[in-house]
Amino acid sequence: MHNFAYVRATDPLHAVSVLRREAGARLIAGGTDLLNLMKDGIEHPDPIVDISRLPLTGIERRPEGLRIGALARMSDVAADPGTRQGYPAITQALELSASPQLRTMATMGGNLVQRTRCPYFRADQDLPCNKRRPGSGCAALDRGHPATALFGAGRHCAATHPSDLAVALTALDATVTVLGPTGERVVALERLHRLPGQRPHRDTVLEHHEMITRIDIPASLLAPMSCFIKVRERASYAFALVSVAAAVVTDGPVIRAAALALGGVAPRPWRLRVAENALMGVRLEPAAMRAAIEPALAEARAHAGNAYKIELIKRAVLRALNAAGRQEAP
Amino acid sequence: MADTTHSVTLMVNGTRHGIRVEPRVTLLDALREVIGLTGTKKGCDRGECGACTVQWNGRRINACSTLAVMHDNDEITTVEGLAGDGQPHPMQRAFLARDAFQCGYCTAGQLMSAVACVAEGHTGSDEEIREWMSGNLCRCGAYANIVAAVRDASASTPPTGGQGGPVA
Repeated sequence: MHNFAYVRATDPLHAVSVLRREAGARLIAGGTDLLNLMKDGIEHPDPIVDISRLPLTGIERRPEGLRIGALARMSDVAADPGTRQGYPAITQALELSASPQLRTMATMGGNLVQRTRCPYFRADQDLPCNKRRPGSGCAALDRGHPATALFGAGRHCAATHPSDLAVALTALDATVTVLGPTGERVVALERLHRLPGQRPHRDTVLEHHEMITRIDIPASLLAPMSCFIKVRERASYAFALVSVAAAVVTDGPVIRAAALALGGVAPRPWRLRVAENALMGVRLEPAAMRAAIEPALAEARAHAGNAYKIELIKRAVLRALNAAGRQEAP
Repeated sequence: MADTTHSVTLMVNGTRHGIRVEPRVTLLDALREVIGLTGTKKGCDRGECGACTVQWNGRRINACSTLAVMHDNDEITTVEGLAGDGQPHPMQRAFLARDAFQCGYCTAGQLMSAVACVAEGHTGSDEEIREWMSGNLCRCGAYANIVAAVRDASASTPPTGGQGGPVA
């Protein structure tokens, strides 16, 4: 790694003031993504601002919903009984992420701003990648790489976002509170991550001098009826090919309300509102649900490399809807 | 050349170490290269193999994926700290009895991870053990015997609950 200066933040405002003052500064919390980006020469922060000891680790169940500090460790949230009972998709997403060791180190906020796993972005040599080096091209699109997005891709970049937690939070209408030098603002999870468009090097809507301080998930009838499933090449410890966060409230055999978000197939978790609306009044049965969701997935844009994901998405969605509505293991 | 080192105190296996390191020195390199505790191994140096698993304030972490400067005054336990009073730790005994290693390179990390896995209460079945030990790779493929060893050790060790439990 390159040499860099190290500053330990005394409080959140100190952290964002250093970010504001130093164009090269980056925050470090768990460090599980940042240190690899540095070891591979993808990022060269200086200074590093250590926020790992700031007291933003609370996990609170309130009448309005669940409030989680951005620096809560993934493992602590996963082990929290109130979260498991009231927001099971979050617990499941966390427990399916990474490895036990990484989960004890990584924070909720850091997980949301982790960067894409696209192999061209992550290469330890400088390959065409507009996200890493704007204007250098996109080898993933040129080569039809299977990991490219089916939704929300641009002509310059088709990278997908790897966070499982973000998918569960998107389905449950979560928001993040973001602190800057002049105060706070609230950003819906659904709008946190940018589509690549003309500026693929900007992953999120956060300004350089901003820091996520907490995550809020509103209480709802759907939240306790949620689940998260992950389809991947290995049984454990791998990123998703396709993931689904679903929540279903039924009235007898019929769906009353649903929430659905996809992971692994877009630059941000992909909320399927058209499918959610189509599912209202539909029986919680595979054939009926499949007919309801298929038109909603027509917007997928696939090439030979990732076309296999279209059917995979449908089957994963059906499995997730069933498990969510019945609160059974998928 | 300006001195860019920081003074860091690490409590390792109950002993206080005052070291001076650049910020870019990982906890793993501090333990091995500065303090001289080479029991913890560098397998991948990117958080993917678990060979560098140590305990930090009672939690299992990958020492390669964090910086020494971030752990000032923290308690770290390495594999050298498992045995007590010259006697092998029950997990070490179980690994020996079950022949749970071949080349031994992943073993320190497997032991540290397994001890925490038991303390966390994630050893209710072989399937659960495999899932909750999935952060530790073994290229020799000793997995079946590792799972058996963890199962045996777990049966004779009550879980302490949560992640703040002591190295039991």
